[in-house]
Amino acid sequence: MRKLTALGIAAAFLAAAMLVGAFVGAADLNPLATAAALLDKIPFVRLPSSLGPLDKAVLFQIRLPRVVLAALVGGLLALAGAGYQGVFRNPLVDSGMLGASAGAGLGATIVIVYFGGAGPSAVPVAAFVGSLAGVGVAYVTGAAASRHTTLSDGVATLLLAGIAVGSFLTAAQTFVLQRSASDIGTVYSWLLGSLSAATWQQVISILPYAALSSAIILLHGRHLDVLAVGDEEARSLGLHPGAVRGTVVAASALAAASAVAVSGLIGFVGIVVPHVARRLAGPSYTSVLPLSLIGGAGFLVLADTVARTVLSPAELPIGVVTAIVGAPAFVWVLRATQGART
Amino acid sequence: MTALRARGLTVVLDGTPVVREVTWATASGRWLSLIGPNGAGKSTLLRAVAGLVPYAGTIAADGAEIRTLRSRQRARLMAYVPQEPVLPPDMTVRQYVLLGRTPHLGYLSAPGHHDRARADAAMDRLDIARFAARRLGRLSGGERQRVVLARALAADPKVVLLDEPTSMLDIGHQQQVLELVDELRRDAGLTVLSTLHDLTAAGQYADELVLLSEGRVMASGPPSAVLTADLISAVYAAQVTVVPGPDGRPVVATVRTRPALPARGAVHELRMNPAQRGFGC
Repeated sequence: MRKLTALGIAAAFLAAAMLVGAFVGAADLNPLATAAALLDKIPFVRLPSSLGPLDKAVLFQIRLPRVVLAALVGGLLALAGAGYQGVFRNPLVDSGMLGASAGAGLGATIVIVYFGGAGPSAVPVAAFVGSLAGVGVAYVTGAAASRHTTLSDGVATLLLAGIAVGSFLTAAQTFVLQRSASDIGTVYSWLLGSLSAATWQQVISILPYAALSSAIILLHGRHLDVLAVGDEEARSLGLHPGAVRGTVVAASALAAASAVAVSGLIGFVGIVVPHVARRLAGPSYTSVLPLSLIGGAGFLVLADTVARTVLSPAELPIGVVTAIVGAPAFVWVLRATQGART
Repeated sequence: MTALRARGLTVVLDGTPVVREVTWATASGRWLSLIGPNGAGKSTLLRAVAGLVPYAGTIAADGAEIRTLRSRQRARLMAYVPQEPVLPPDMTVRQYVLLGRTPHLGYLSAPGHHDRARADAAMDRLDIARFAARRLGRLSGGERQRVVLARALAADPKVVLLDEPTSMLDIGHQQQVLELVDELRRDAGLTVLSTLHDLTAAGQYADELVLLSEGRVMASGPPSAVLTADLISAVYAAQVTVVPGPDGRPVVATVRTRPALPARGAVHELRMNPAQRGFGC
């Protein structure tokens, strides 16, 4: 069965990526000893590991939270991207659209510029709230505009409203930023995305949102397949397209907001990963969604490993790494999409 | 088996009444076809029955007002096939036909063995099981229409609503599809409500016709009563002649209003002077 094979490949890819992410870094750990130390943590498995106490501290307190956070963020971004693509019937839509990224950027910038003393925990909260608010404003604007439009259905209107709201929020963010030149560095390093401050605390703080949003999106795979035949036929099949769209957009916004809160803006994951998933297992969202979740996790763990090793001891922003891989891949997706339509 | 009727049916789109006070009825297992010029309100009427546009008046299936049905109930009862169905090019035939089972699935449930069996049966019935794994983008026009009918049939409906089921097909495939719908109607006891552009086809396959013009019923009844030269000329502003076919049902043919030019001269003229083709045709 094609779906199970693809899921098996994705799971193996994720496991391999996480292992590589765990032993590669500034302090190189022995791969076998790392694997043994990780397996030792599984209940009822006892494996002696040659890692010393210092290496173990590096592994469990520095390396592992970062790998797990990268996996969570990558999985959420890819899943949210796939969810949006299903809702908008367009493989080039990303989780950052609909004002999500711009809203998060504005939220983070306001906190950094005006509330610099609020502490490091304030930025994720502001980004999270900003991201959800951005999508909310875009959704309400789009829904209101679609009542007065001649575009075939609400989908295109919603997307265009998202772009307009995003541009507005980016303009506001630029305005706030240029009022305080001293914060430009901090803001830009946040905007380009980074997992360098990863802690178990961050993993735990986004876990409930990640679990809730992923569960909701994964449960709607079949509904997104029905939406592929258009709103009118979906309704004739007894489905409520508006309700499905609202639910999946809300869950995808929550998934993307939790990811953005702890990582900053990381682009292209939500486009590239679902596309590869489609190539592997076909267009049905019942397989594209779970594959995106697992594949996105593996992809971002690898991207983060590259980000923190190529310029070691300095770090490359992870958003730069995903863009270098993602921008050419975007063109590839575009070509594939054109091919399918002719 | 389900009888279908509409009474005082009115549909208003963007402030304009498109269907006005329309009344018709058909018994279960019958084929009723809506005919009429472009813009007469045929498709809108069909969409109202499918529950896709709001309407005033009543539409009842076996005496139950369809407005009171939940959307999944209505979808289990009636399968709707639009004039130009959306066929996602990368989806396989099997996946697409299985979408027809949607009305039978609970919100969070996945299709089970029974659903797959019903989809397979529909594909067998329409002789498309051979290419179940093919992608929709690679089908011919005739294959597409059969795949769409299979999706409708997979829902085990009592009524099928067909909007111009033959508009994209050549004459041979048109006939195949209409024969197929007629067979399905007999085998599965389906009630068929369709719109048809082709008046002769409508007369040959439908038990009853409803002739619409500007949203109103101009005539209704058996084909021989509706397809008369006078009525068609009046409603379509067309010159036609109606003759009985081999089975006694009416055949409608258009008649040229001006006599044709002598054939050889006309061809010669077209060859000699391509710039004037617009006048010749």
